[in-house]
Parts: sequence; C-alpha cells; structure tokens
Amino acid sequence: MSWQAVDRTRVPEEQLGPGLSEAVKEKIRAFFSRYPTKQAAVLPALHIAQDALGYVSLRAMKELAELLEIPPSKVMDVVTFYTHFWTHPKGRKTLLLCRSISCELLGAGKLKDAIRQRLGIGEHETTPDGEYSFMTEECLAACDHAPCLMVNEKMHKCVRPEDLERILADADNDRLDIPRSDLFDAP
Amino acid sequence: MPYEKILTRNVGVPGSTSLKAYQAAGGYEGARKALAMKPDELVELVKKANLRGRGGAGFPAGVKWSFLPPNRDVTYLCVNADESEPPTFCNRVLMESDPHMLLEGILIAGYATRTTIAYIYMRGEFTEQFHIMQRAVDEAYAAGYFGRNVLGSGYDIECYIHRGAGAYVCGEETGLIESLEGKRGWPRIKPPFPAVEGLFRKPTVVNNVETLACLPHILTRGVDWWLALGPKGSHGTKMYCVSGPVKRPGCYEAPLGISTRELIYGPDFGGGMRDGMKVKACSPGGLSMGFLRGDLFPKNPSADKLDLAQDYDELDCKLDFDDTRRYGLLGLGTAAAVVVGEDTDIRDVLVNVARFYAHESCGQCTQCREGTGWMYKIAQRIRAGAGRRYDLDLLAEITTNMGMMPGLSICGLPDGAAWPIRTLVQRFRREFERHIDAQAPGAVEQAIRRVNPAAYELPIVQGRAVAPERGSMSYEHEWSNAAGT
Ligand SMILES: Cc1cc2nc3c(=O)[nH]c(=O)nc-3n(C[C@H](O)[C@H](O)[C@H](O)COP(=O)(O)O)c2cc1C
Ligand code: SF4
Ligand code: FES
Repeated sequence: MSWQAVDRTRVPEEQLGPGLSEAVKEKIRAFFSRYPTKQAAVLPALHIAQDALGYVSLRAMKELAELLEIPPSKVMDVVTFYTHFWTHPKGRKTLLLCRSISCELLGAGKLKDAIRQRLGIGEHETTPDGEYSFMTEECLAACDHAPCLMVNEKMHKCVRPEDLERILADADNDRLDIPRSDLFDAP
Repeated sequence: MPYEKILTRNVGVPGSTSLKAYQAAGGYEGARKALAMKPDELVELVKKANLRGRGGAGFPAGVKWSFLPPNRDVTYLCVNADESEPPTFCNRVLMESDPHMLLEGILIAGYATRTTIAYIYMRGEFTEQFHIMQRAVDEAYAAGYFGRNVLGSGYDIECYIHRGAGAYVCGEETGLIESLEGKRGWPRIKPPFPAVEGLFRKPTVVNNVETLACLPHILTRGVDWWLALGPKGSHGTKMYCVSGPVKRPGCYEAPLGISTRELIYGPDFGGGMRDGMKVKACSPGGLSMGFLRGDLFPKNPSADKLDLAQDYDELDCKLDFDDTRRYGLLGLGTAAAVVVGEDTDIRDVLVNVARFYAHESCGQCTQCREGTGWMYKIAQRIRAGAGRRYDLDLLAEITTNMGMMPGLSICGLPDGAAWPIRTLVQRFRREFERHIDAQAPGAVEQAIRRVNPAAYELPIVQGRAVAPERGSMSYEHEWSNAAGT
C-alpha cells in the first residue's frame, strides 16, 4: 500500500465518511462519569465508534472531538497511535495474526502465507466482498496456544495452515460463546 | 515435586469465575481482614512481606505505596493488565480463571493506599477476558465489595475497566497513565513519579495484576507463610509461563527460584522438548530480559564457577530476582520463558526480536527510535546473507548506547530492546560468524548494489554515499570535503 497525501483542512463533505448515530453518542456519554475529564473517554469512545462504523472515519473523529470537547487533531493523534483503530474501511471480520516470537517459532509465518494466498490480500487490506480484512500484530498474550489467530473477538488456538479452510468455512468463526458485557459491541 | 497451586488453583476449573464459587472457597476473607486494619498498618504488612512487583521491575509494592504524599484527597490505582511483553500470558490466565482474586487484591491495595478510583487498564486484544472481568466487576458491585461504604467500613472505592488499543508502551506505567488520560501512550519524564503526580496529576499507584492477586493470600495465610516461600530476597509464589516447541506450553505456578531447566523439562512444567529436540536458546524472563544458551551446548565442567565467556549450557539459571542478574540478564522480568529449539536459525530470532522493538518504540527519544530501527535493519541484512563481521560489533555498540541505564531515554523500552539483542550477539556470536563467513564472496556488494546502485559510484562521506545536487546547500561543503580526502 502506498501513502496517500490528504489535505485534511479541505476534505469535501462527501468524503468524510459515515458519522455517529445518536444512540452511539449516548453510549459514549455513559462513559463520562467514569473519568474526571471528558478527554479520558476517548479510547472507549473510539472503540464504540469503530464497533458501530467498522472504522474511524474523519467525520466520526470530528464528531467525537465535539462530544469530548477537544480539538479534532487530538482525536486523530490518538487514533493513529494505536494499532487497533482503522482509518479506512475494513471488512466485516478482521483476521489478526500474531507475529511475535513464540508464534513465529511454531509456524506463524507459514500461516501468514496461507492466509494471504487463500484470501488474496495483504496486510491492512480487505477482500473484494468485504468479508475479511487481514493484519498482523505483536504478541497477543496467548503464546501457550501458538500460533494464534483472532477473528474479531474470538481467539483460534494452535492454528496450522491446514486448519485455515475449516475456520474460514465456519460462519460463526467470530462468535464468543460466553456471556458478554454490553458496554462494547462486537466489531 | 509438585508445588502448591495458589494463584493458579482455578485454572481449567469450570465455573470458577463466579462470585459464588470464589466465596465458597473463602473468597474476600482477606479483604475483610484488611478492612478491619488501618491503611498504614496494611502498608507496613505488605512491606514486611517484601512483595516485589511482578510487572517486570520487581520493585517492592509496599515501599511504592509508602511514597504517596501523606495529605491527599484523591488517589488513583491503575491495574496494569496491558500484558504485551512477548511471550507473557500469566495475567491473562489469572483473569480468565480467577477474576475475583484480582478484584479482592484491588480492594486490599485500594484500601491500603486510600484509593478513590481503581482503573484496570486491559489491553484491547483481551476480548474474552474483558467480558469475564466485567461480569466479575458487576457481581462484586452488586455484593457490595465496591461502591460506597464497602462492607460497612465507611470506605468508598470505584472500579472501572479501561480497554487499551494495542500498544506495548502503554504497559509502561507513565505511558499507561497518559493513555488513560485519553492521549497517545507516550511515557512521561520522571520525576515527578506517579506516586506524587500521576493520573490526572494526582497521586497514583500502578501495580501489575499478579502483584495484586498475591495480596489476598498474604492476608489470609500470613506474612510468615509468604516469607517461607522462595529464596532470600525473592519471596512468594510466581506464575511462570513457558512457550515455544515444548511438550506442554502453558502457565505453571511455583515458588520463586526454580531453575530454567526445571521450567523446560520438569514433568509438572514444560515437560521437555518436542521430538527430542535440544534447546538452542531460551529467554527465561520475557523477551526483554535477554537470552541464555541452551543444552545444545556442553555443560560447564567447573559447575560452581560461572563462565559466561565460554559457550556453555546456562539453563541452571535460577528464576528469581537476583540469580538472573548473575547470568547477565536484565532481571526476572515476567518469568515467561520462550524456548528456541535447535532447528531454528538464530538469525530469524534476531530479526523477530529486533522487529518487535522497532515497531513498538513510541518515538519520543532519539536513541530508542533510531537505535531499534537500525538494529532491525542490521538484523535483516544479516539474515538476507549480506552481513559483515563488524555488524555484530555495531549491534553491540548500539545496545550499549541506548536506554535508561546510560540515562538517555524516558522509559525502559530501549533497555529491554538492548538486552535480548546484546545477549544474542554475545552468546551466539560464533554461529552468526559462521553464517557470515559462509556467504558467497561479494554478497555484500551485490546486495547493496541491488538496493542502492549509486553506493559504489559516488564518493563516500562519513560512511554515507553522497548524491550531490548542484545548487543544494550541502553541495559545496560535502563535495569539496570528499574531493579533499
Ligand atoms: C516498555 C515497558 C513495558 C511494560 N509493560 C508492562 C506490562 O505489559 N505489564 C506490566 O504489568 N508491567 C509492564 N511494565 C512495567 C511497568 O512499568 C511497571 O513497572 C509495573 O506495572 C509496576 O507494577 P508492579 O510494581 O506491580 O510490578 C512495562 C515497562 C516498560 C518499560
Ligand atoms: S525510550 Fe523509547 S519507548 Fe520509551 S519514551 Fe523514549 S522513545 Fe518512547
Ligand atoms: S507470541 Fe504469539 S501470542 Fe505471544
């Protein structure tokens, strides 16, 4: 992927992407009472925004800035620091592969090649049907199950390249079978 | 000999995460005991137990709490659950299997430090663990362990879970604080230390999950029981992690001071290597603490005298706060061992390690940002078959010139980057040199020509190929210098 220079002072209205609904904003406001400043709610707010929109659009950043009473640049500052947030649309499910040492020793490299071949996408890219995006991340703190692959919220353990077909064929491969808290939605 | 399971007693036990199950096993008794004491007595008790932090630095928790200024209205407790050090996962296991043990620890530490709000900073990739913890928090609130007037003691504490979003530096205590304040997780210059001016500019305590989970047991079973576990200076029980090509990767509990060999080969621990492989290298304390040589190397003939200059098996290193230093490691770290088998090329390990730190450096301090980046490039060059013998000296030189030890950085990440790379280069130098010597003649020049054909056609100034542009500011200066020498 090559860099694209964007003049953010003059982005046309229609390129700002989707905005936040009132329900989402209400959900974010519920976090305000937890912190002494509104700015501190920016991480939960971004999680909620990304859960709702699939990524953090420029419009969402602007609206969050208004909601949290900070300049939009500060929201963007945070968004671009953390690897979890996407600034361009991602697929319905994100494959997150660990690339740190234990996983790599046990074959994460081969798994990565298999995923790229099977889905035909590289890192931070999305399949044409909008189903899967792919990215790698440093240690996911599940090294005892290396190599591990997360599909949205669900952790798949000890994944070998030959398991990939089975995981992708399962429509529920991102469902967590435990009682969930409703503070955050599944992305 | 199997050791008693204290922190890991509920690992793999179904239904262990509910409050009912926890209370049935005597849960929240420690907190009740603590709430009957005075906060300062509690701090003294933890000081006496010499509970050293499990997050990496090994600083005694009680001493840290006593740095809080005496007159304060607001105190924050940050629970460091941003476990991102590869290959550590003991906090995850603990939160998955016994969330209430952590919450009880938070309540005890909170009462001792007169905390008003406790934030559990949990890394964003902990999804299942977040839901488990959040449910436990809800249950604990409903049972009156958090909120106003906890158990009728008149003490108020709130507890919230804050989710991170994927950044290793947010595990550093001031990076965590910045991140909690809603900024990028850039560590702060110390002093002021968090105990004086931390979260929202108020006195703050940052403690690791496992450190806090030890508290209920110290209170219920007493300081003497605790001090009897482990060697002098490193008391208590510890959750060890072992991963890599061992038969039973996982998280196992033992008192501090077991040996690396026991962790890898013990039937109650790693259970030995897969396929009868030998261990080439092992990083016994998390990646940042450095690597030891494995039993692929011969045993040291004079077993009582340590000789790090020779290629001897070093798996006898005891995993406690002091013996790890004797072996030239940075410390105990998180006591998470990754084992590298004999079939692995040590150059791949070097590249992987260097990549991690190059990616995770936050970029505030020059030597950390540039040093980690250059080490990654050099490591890649060596792996690509274009290494030079002096690249190894170059790596060694970079590692001695970065970090908090020489006093050049804001946080400890570059020390953690320097140690594994320095120990890899020191301990496996002969293997690296073998690879470099086996390269085809001219491999380096060919590789460089592929990347930058100009390098051999242009004058080199201070080790750099100069591509002059007529009229540019540096043209006259550099070009004339180059011509003159
Ligand atoms: C780069 C860096 C990353 C760190 N990451 C973690 C971490 O993920 N979890 C943790 O508990 N401590 C981490 N620490 C250590 C913390 O700074 C701090 O020492 C610890 O949370 C203190 O808790 P303790 O006294 O209970 O050990 C990290 C330190 C550094 C320098
Ligand atoms: S030492 Fe490195 S990680 Fe730490 S603050 Fe400086 S640049 Fe950031
Ligand atoms: S190394 Fe992959 S989860 Fe830790």
